[in-house]
Amino acid sequence: MALTIASREVDGVAVLDLSGRITLGEGSVQLRDAIRELISKGRKNILLNMGEVNYIDSSGLGELVSAYTTARNQGAGVKLLSLTKKVHDLLQLTKLYTVFDIYDDEASGIASFK
Amino acid sequence: MKLPARQSKPGRNLPLPVLRGEYPVSESKLHRLSFTLNSTMECVSKVEAAADRFAGEAGLDEEERFHIAMAVREAAINAVLHGNEYDPAKKFTTTLENTGSALVFKIADQGKGLDPETLPDPLAPENLLRGTGRGIFLIRSFMDEVHFRQLHPGTELTLVKRLAPARG
Repeated sequence: MALTIASREVDGVAVLDLSGRITLGEGSVQLRDAIRELISKGRKNILLNMGEVNYIDSSGLGELVSAYTTARNQGAGVKLLSLTKKVHDLLQLTKLYTVFDIYDDEASGIASFK
Repeated sequence: MKLPARQSKPGRNLPLPVLRGEYPVSESKLHRLSFTLNSTMECVSKVEAAADRFAGEAGLDEEERFHIAMAVREAAINAVLHGNEYDPAKKFTTTLENTGSALVFKIADQGKGLDPETLPDPLAPENLLRGTGRGIFLIRSFMDEVHFRQLHPGTELTLVKRLAPARG
């Protein structure tokens, strides 16, 4: 299933609800565009809800990293919420778990930006 | 690495089916499948699905199937993206083989060649924030053996997943 992205705002935090696959050709570009759009609108706090992301490949992992660095370079922040086991395991394997702030529940993720 | 010698049992010397369109369901019980494919992401997805199915038929569990399908997908992406660079004149080949003791996947492209010694370590602190360079690492993480062979032109990756001995 290709990636779908729904955007909402909670307490000044832009939450992107992601669903599907983040892979080369099936979601990496959509995620990149969505992040860039938020940053271009001046959004500083971005929380990616990964609860419905059932697959991510090396390209998708790279896209998460690029989102993180792009945001950081613009003075913004990208954090992750509700990783599925597969995505969690891949982030651990690649040591990206040490890069991102990751939260299991939305309230904690939102509060972390304050 | 020395791979297990292929046994010449009846039925194993059949002509190799070539993937045209959908997965060749009627051939799915063969111990060896070989595909020649266009350098497109659609074909990468077909190879990924075939690898998942092949691993399932070998009796591997869901997590092992996931790892194998991802490793084969990453190898196919390397062939299509970095090897053949989406050149419609260049094909990539994939061979899936169940030797009885292992699943062996060979993915070959017609590109400029890949020297694995030049690949940066994606776990090194200075590389953690790079947006690329994790594909071969994932392949090596998920498979028991990974071998590179230069084809001049092109590169062949051989991925091996050893099978547990049958119980009984």
